[in-house]
Amino acid sequence: MKVIVAVKRVVDYNVKIRVKADKTGVELSNVKMSMNPFDEIGVEEAVRLKEAGVASEVVAVSIGPAQAQETIRTALAMGADRGILIKTDEEVQPLAVAKLLKAVVEAEAPQIVILGKQAIDDDSNQTGQMLAALLGWAQGTFASKVALGDGKATVTREVDGGLQTVELKLPAVVTTDLRLNEPRYASLPNIMKAKKKPIDEKTPADLGVDIAPRLKTLKVEEPPKRQAGRKVASVEELVQALKNEAGVI
Amino acid sequence: MTLEFGVGPFYREEHRAFQASMRRFVEREIMPHVEAWDEAGEFPRDLYRRAAEVGLLGLGFPEEHGGVPGDLFHAIVAAQELARAGAGGLSASLQSHTIGCPPIARLGSADLKARVLGPVLRGEKISALAITEPGGGSDVASLRTTARREGDHYVVNGAKTFITSGMRADFYTVAVRTGGEGMGGVSLLLIERDRPGFTRTLLKKMGWWASDTASLHFDDCHVPVANLIGEENAGFRAIMLNFNGERIGMAASCNGMARAAYEEALAWARERRTFGRALVQHQVIRHKLVDMAMRIGATQAYLEQTAWRVMQGENPIADICMLKNQATQTMAFVASEAVQILGGSGFMRGPKSERIYREVKVNAIGGGAEEIMKELASRHLGW
Ligand SMILES: Cc1cc2nc3c(=O)[nH]c(=O)nc-3n(C[C@H](O)[C@H](O)[C@H](O)COP(=O)(O)OP(=O)(O)OC[C@H]3O[C@@H](n4cnc5c(N)ncnc54)[C@H](O)[C@@H]3O)c2cc1C
Ligand SMILES: Cc1cc2nc3c(=O)[nH]c(=O)nc-3n(C[C@H](O)[C@H](O)[C@H](O)COP(=O)(O)OP(=O)(O)OC[C@H]3O[C@@H](n4cnc5c(N)ncnc54)[C@H](O)[C@@H]3O)c2cc1C
Repeated sequence: MKVIVAVKRVVDYNVKIRVKADKTGVELSNVKMSMNPFDEIGVEEAVRLKEAGVASEVVAVSIGPAQAQETIRTALAMGADRGILIKTDEEVQPLAVAKLLKAVVEAEAPQIVILGKQAIDDDSNQTGQMLAALLGWAQGTFASKVALGDGKATVTREVDGGLQTVELKLPAVVTTDLRLNEPRYASLPNIMKAKKKPIDEKTPADLGVDIAPRLKTLKVEEPPKRQAGRKVASVEELVQALKNEAGVI
Repeated sequence: MTLEFGVGPFYREEHRAFQASMRRFVEREIMPHVEAWDEAGEFPRDLYRRAAEVGLLGLGFPEEHGGVPGDLFHAIVAAQELARAGAGGLSASLQSHTIGCPPIARLGSADLKARVLGPVLRGEKISALAITEPGGGSDVASLRTTARREGDHYVVNGAKTFITSGMRADFYTVAVRTGGEGMGGVSLLLIERDRPGFTRTLLKKMGWWASDTASLHFDDCHVPVANLIGEENAGFRAIMLNFNGERIGMAASCNGMARAAYEEALAWARERRTFGRALVQHQVIRHKLVDMAMRIGATQAYLEQTAWRVMQGENPIADICMLKNQATQTMAFVASEAVQILGGSGFMRGPKSERIYREVKVNAIGGGAEEIMKELASRHLGW
């Protein structure tokens, strides 16, 4: 069974992001970039399926600039077999990503596509769902457990009230939540071996997909600064403040 | 953030990937326990195996013996990521094979390589280097431990001291006198821990507590001639060759330690308030932090430039010596200022800076003391 994992290059989770002076987006120059943490969980899950003998091949796909190749290499060092880079310097929004992935899926015919539930840069939480809809496949989002059986997948989902278990007919789309697994770190020997694994390069035009943005960003602003706290003299004053000023009780 | 290591023209994709792995390795396997290990004076042997798995132990050793190809910049990345934990004793013992094993990899017989390198690089056995003696460490050519040839054995007598991994090592690369006076009579011998006549005593020290530093005693200890590393009486050059790699590694580590202390002090200075303002808003403190960052930045540039020259096939001994001093002096300055910025808390056990402050001197003395480095540099500069 073939597995496709989508991997996105994003600003590293440790970086304190800064909004650009012209408010068109966040500062990306000279900023450390890494694989989206939810995608690392996806790669880990795929590699575990391969190690368990369930998956036969793991293909890592990334969409983005030339440097996204480095993100694919990370997936290869973790254990993916080969990569596909869909190269573009344009902005790609979730719908465009879903359409591009659909084209890849049609060419590759995997049984399962694993994505992060969201990317930590735009937090859209849309791509997996859109991809499943475009393909007409079943979807198991926010997965904290995935078990593959004969022609089906049992996915435990993290929902507001607790856990929900769904059974999906394969092929299916799965998006990962934080508790699905703890991704491994690639060893140096595997980093070196990954240099020799193939990465296929394509463009959105090759796949016949129009990636023109459908959404327009008007303005990006810093979140409001937290106000300093204030000391109150008594419980009564606290209750009054919560009631009348904060309006929370 | 200024002073992000691992960026710039010398680092390629594979260095960055290894850096990311090392960061996770250190954050998951070392950081949560490092304080307890240092206080306990020991860390679990199992850590060697984990370090082998991530590729740390094999780095730079031949592939046929379980090594992993990698260059000096991988080594710099490894040393500096380990230094983020701010526990030099752990780094030193975990990597004592980086001084114990290169002579074997470079000069050892096929049999020695097979016996030693495989198990050590897999993290199953520990390797140590024993040069320094109670009678002196700087003056290597005057060492007094003797190995007298008797048939197919050497009979070793004498003592070594301040040996990293000295208690726990399985394989000791020991400098012995097989010939006459001076540098021309020195050989390297592999001595296994269980040879009769070989005993060890643990030493207590100012810092590097997680490391088992020991004195070694050899009393008519019989060692097979087959354990000779390289040629008889040709050990001095091997020891000197070893120092280049060790010193670059120490420089990388010291600057990493300096950065760990600087980052801790900066975070503290942002949080801590005195006289109505954050410490970092007092000009005196802000300027201290600038002086710290400046020295770390300069040391990193010198480190990377020197490493690059070595990779191009040069042997810039004077610069390696000066680099080591630049790094130990940076660490000394930054650790002292970091403790100062932390105030009374910096004198308490707990912050990295306090520990790093106690690790300054071992770096300024070990692996070639600062005075010796200056002397060697000036000679190589032709003065
Ligand atoms: C924690 C720790 C771990 C160590 N691990 C190892 C190890 O694994 N293997 C190993 O072999 N050794 C190890 N060493 C020993 C280390 O390499 C020596 O301490 C070092 O070489 C200095 O030797 P010494 O201590 O005998 O000092 P000495 O050589 O006695 O020097 C004392 C002082 O005099 C100065 N001095 C000496 N000669 C001159 C001169 N000609 N001109 C000017 N100044 C001079 C020195 O710079 C130094 O400041 C370790 C040391 C420590 C502290
Ligand atoms: C072993 C030990 C024993 C002690 N015993 C006692 C005791 O018996 N009784 C007692 O009351 N206290 C005691 N102390 C506390 C000691 O007096 C304080 O540590 C000292 O006053 C510094 O205060 P602090 O640690 O809070 O550092 P902070 O006041 O937070 O200062 C941190 C650093 O910032 C610098 N700094 C602060 N403000 C400014 C500024 N405006 N401009 C420039 N730099 C500034 C300081 O010089 C220092 O380097 C002890 C401390 C230790 C370590």
